[in-house]
Amino acid sequence: MSNTLAPRPVPGTVDADRVTWWPWLRHALVLSGRSVTKMMRHPEQFFDVTLQPALFLVIFVYVLGGAISGNTHDYLQFVLPGIMIQTVLFSTVSIGVNLSTDIKEGVFDRFRSLPIPRSAPLVGATIAECLRYGITIVVSLAMGVLMGFRTSTSPVSVLLGMLMVLAFAWCLCWVSIWLGMIVREAGSVQGLGFLALFPLTFGSSMFASADTMPGWLQTWVKINPVTHLTDAVRGLLTGGPVAEDATIAALTSAVILAVFAPLAVRAYRRKA
Amino acid sequence: MASTVVVMTNHAIHAEGLTKRFGETLALDGVDLSVPHGTVLGVLGPNGAGKTTAVRILATLLQPDAGSATVAGHDVLREPDAVRRAIGLTGQYAAVDEQLTGRENLVLVGRLLDLTRAAAARRAEELLEQFGLTEAADRRTRTYSGGMRRRLDLAASLVGRPEVIYLDEPTTGLDPSKREDMWDVVRELTLQGTTVLLTTQYLEEADALADAISVFDRGRVIAHGTPDELKAIVGGRTLRVRPADPVDLADVTALLARVVGREPEVLKGHASVPVEDSAALAAVVAGLDARGIDVTELALELPDLDEVFFTLTGRNESHEMENVR
Repeated sequence: MSNTLAPRPVPGTVDADRVTWWPWLRHALVLSGRSVTKMMRHPEQFFDVTLQPALFLVIFVYVLGGAISGNTHDYLQFVLPGIMIQTVLFSTVSIGVNLSTDIKEGVFDRFRSLPIPRSAPLVGATIAECLRYGITIVVSLAMGVLMGFRTSTSPVSVLLGMLMVLAFAWCLCWVSIWLGMIVREAGSVQGLGFLALFPLTFGSSMFASADTMPGWLQTWVKINPVTHLTDAVRGLLTGGPVAEDATIAALTSAVILAVFAPLAVRAYRRKA
Repeated sequence: MASTVVVMTNHAIHAEGLTKRFGETLALDGVDLSVPHGTVLGVLGPNGAGKTTAVRILATLLQPDAGSATVAGHDVLREPDAVRRAIGLTGQYAAVDEQLTGRENLVLVGRLLDLTRAAAARRAEELLEQFGLTEAADRRTRTYSGGMRRRLDLAASLVGRPEVIYLDEPTTGLDPSKREDMWDVVRELTLQGTTVLLTTQYLEEADALADAISVFDRGRVIAHGTPDELKAIVGGRTLRVRPADPVDLADVTALLARVVGREPEVLKGHASVPVEDSAALAAVVAGLDARGIDVTELALELPDLDEVFFTLTGRNESHEMENVR
């Protein structure tokens, strides 16, 4: 409705001072720039996304690997996509926590009083988060390679696998934002987020093959979208069937996005 | 479009019957406001009177339950984006990003207002200069003093050269000396033709800055007029004199009685007497001078908000937060 109005330019500026392309994406990108600047000033924010995947790989492979797969190398080949996905999914919790605190600062009032889309501050924050997810994915893979992990597919396929994890995490982070908007305390967001992630990550094919599990659990594991994501990424990194699992994972993440992104934006607007 | 703007807006802000309820509390109960172009409206009232709610509705941050408002000729409900382009908002607490520098804050706002990188940087530089923040420009605002933060916040709301500016209690919590600085800034804005809606708890502040004052109480406008009209309702000012040497107090009291023609009240080393106009001040100064009496305090004071409220409402509890019916 209001978009049909010609925008009123900032007085005292000439055409050369203004940019007009894709206001929605541009505003989100400007705001993601703000988030990235803030992240760079707090390097400790990167500890969890760099140390956690490295630590988990060492623990799972060297502590449990021998017991599960007979030798650590076979288990590393099996578990690496799982660790990569698990640490990325766990790092989606922080955006909800951060936004829940951020939003109490006056600067969000400023954003709301500016002629930008209401969703831009949220979309901007999620774009910046992708940087953290990207780091987690690269660190997991690099650490895995150091420990002896070998891909057996093409580089394009490996890249595709990494992008798939990133896209899934980006969709899932909207659930975290939504929680951050509706839950009063930032601390409870963290608690709830982790609680929801345990059945999603451990109750999947990440750490062990579903065949070894009791029937009732197998039922859940086979429904769990994270299982399909894990199997698809496994296929893309070390070979095996991909298409069906990839399709299911992509569809579920699209559904998660379609449901929770509007919910999150609506809850954010109500918080004004 | 230009013609409709002219027709609709001899007022920069026009609101009718604004009503907003939060649960049991009626925050606004049918508020009408009109602010002519290029003037300053002071919205005076205690905490909880509905001042901030009214500002948030006029800034499109809240939607009213009933009533309508236009700002710069645009309806706040139907054309919120057009309203947002025309306004600047400075809240009670500074809406700046503490992790970013002052300059980064201003550039960010400029970029969100569709300025190019270069134009946003230029505008930021101008404003930093104008608000005396050039030296602190590249420090994170977390390290700024309260006064600097308020100035930066105000600068951020001016990036887009808005036609209408809301200043929601811009000096609450500031030192009296910083308050004067802020007043100068507001005066400068009005010289440039900006329309200002200023909320405040201080009659003194509204008197110093506003062309007209609306007094809010429990979500209603209970009085509206020029500062002079309002002061005529609530009574004149008080002249207060404190001699440097307490021995002179009797002389001072006698002088005040003679000049004003009323018996002053003497309290804790000073004498005060109600006066109708400021002419008495000059006569008192001349009298003190002739007698060679040195003073530490010589002030013409307005009644404070409590007295204004007592006069207007007959209640003695302007700061009491009450649920309305």
